[in-house]
Amino acid sequence: MSVLVYTEIGKGKIKKASLEAVNYGRRIAAELNTSVTAIIVGGDADLSDLGKAGAKKVLKLKNDKLANFDGKYLAEAIEQVATAENSTIIIFSHDFTGKEVAPRIAAKFKAGIVAGAVGNPVISGDSFSVMKNVFSGKATAMYSINSAKKIISLLPNSFPVILMDETAEVADFAVNLDNITSPVKVKEVKKDTSELNLPDAELVVSAGRGMKGPENWGMIEELAKSLGAATACSRPVADMHWRPHHEHVGQTGVAIRPNLYFAIGISGAIQHLAGVNGSKTIVVINSDKDAPFFKSADYGIVGDAFEVVPKLIQAIKDFKANQN
Amino acid sequence: MKILVCISNVPDTTTKIGFTNNDTTLNTAGVQFVINPYDEWYALVRALELKETLGGNVTIIHVGGADSEPTIRKGLAIGADDAVRIDAEPNDAFAVAEQIAAYAKDKGFDLIMAGKETISYNSSMVGGMLAELLNLPYISLATKLDVAGSVATIEHDIDGGTEVVECPLPLILSASKGMSEARIPNMRGIMAARSKPLTVVAPIASDKLTNIVSYKLTAGRTDCKYIDASTPEKLVELLHTEAKAI
Repeated sequence: MSVLVYTEIGKGKIKKASLEAVNYGRRIAAELNTSVTAIIVGGDADLSDLGKAGAKKVLKLKNDKLANFDGKYLAEAIEQVATAENSTIIIFSHDFTGKEVAPRIAAKFKAGIVAGAVGNPVISGDSFSVMKNVFSGKATAMYSINSAKKIISLLPNSFPVILMDETAEVADFAVNLDNITSPVKVKEVKKDTSELNLPDAELVVSAGRGMKGPENWGMIEELAKSLGAATACSRPVADMHWRPHHEHVGQTGVAIRPNLYFAIGISGAIQHLAGVNGSKTIVVINSDKDAPFFKSADYGIVGDAFEVVPKLIQAIKDFKANQN
Repeated sequence: MKILVCISNVPDTTTKIGFTNNDTTLNTAGVQFVINPYDEWYALVRALELKETLGGNVTIIHVGGADSEPTIRKGLAIGADDAVRIDAEPNDAFAVAEQIAAYAKDKGFDLIMAGKETISYNSSMVGGMLAELLNLPYISLATKLDVAGSVATIEHDIDGGTEVVECPLPLILSASKGMSEARIPNMRGIMAARSKPLTVVAPIASDKLTNIVSYKLTAGRTDCKYIDASTPEKLVELLHTEAKAI
């Protein structure tokens, strides 16, 4: 048996969420006295971080049908490798791929799944429990997984990545998809060209209607750049097409949980909070001292964004200059 | 075209959540229940739009007890033609998917739609499970859906961008923002909903693959620390030394 962890490459290297998942697997494997096998499609990149994160073995899944993402083929491939490895625990990141493939694997094996886990499993004899967020972050629930095979998809940014000086043995795993056909035809792929993928970003600068118009986003982008942060926005801003749809964070948009979230000119409606309340530190800048967001903030500045943000950019630049 | 839309019964986003029975059960006293917004705004409304242009029938399906019926009637008021309630406890995503798959397998639906996730358990799992249980194609997080003849064209969110795919019917999809705009039921719809068929179906036997041991409310943030607007460098210092965020 082994703990199997599904991993991916993004922008040329192993994704941070994948390293978090391998770390998570390492902690479970240590408790169960087994080891972690990481799996990756293709695997044409530097894979050494998978070993450093805790994988004993890395299997590169090989089949031409896996070249484009298709949940049916990928789930079949993962089923084959999980069977060959006799894996009792399979771990995904709760991201776009995880949301499509993890439920397929759960149904194939009729295995209990905890989707969007935020805590390490509590293992005691036959009992295996995992905590996840429920009610859009208003509460957590402890789930017991009762089936022999267990599947967990881990909410990104739940744990810091710890890399150690270890190496994994890397091998190819030939997947047989001869008898599987998917009727889904990919017509077009539109890549998001921003440098930082919002759900992966550790620092996020977000702004709302308080910015008055799309022409005023220059200072938001400059603030983000000074911090090395990704940019995001509130729902009205995306709905008015001031900013692209993929930047919209909140209940209907993307849910994020960075280390630091700046909310500038966002009032803090409960639907917005549902998508950002997992952030470790929240800074709110708003001219309205009664904006509800201040109640959910760690740090607040009551003031006009058009005056505060330029000063803040300068303060960050001074801070960075002193650091070097 | 025959469309099946899966709907969940969830506490409204603005509802205050609490637990009872030693934190093992949601306290439903005073909680306003609604159709899961993604199921309603995106899946159900797009299904109705397709029916209006292409003809056909929209059925809503729900797994849960009789206390969910007001929520099911709201779906009928918005415009679904008929409803099915499978009288089983929605124990977890697999339990729900298993019941829906058992019902849908021989009914010849062209499209099975669900919201991208529920706002109660936030799992995003039922669609993918249905795909395996029914051996049908599944497109997750769809933001646009058009049907021409027997082929659907779907735009959906994937890792690092979006993808446009073509897929012959029947298929399963989960619906995300962009599919359609919310509809408010009118008085005629509300009146009509009372006499539309709501069939209660007995569940199949099902194992509890998972169960909730206990709930815990997330601790709110302690008091916000205010920094004067004229000294943002103090904020930078606190973010470095105290929050250790930069």
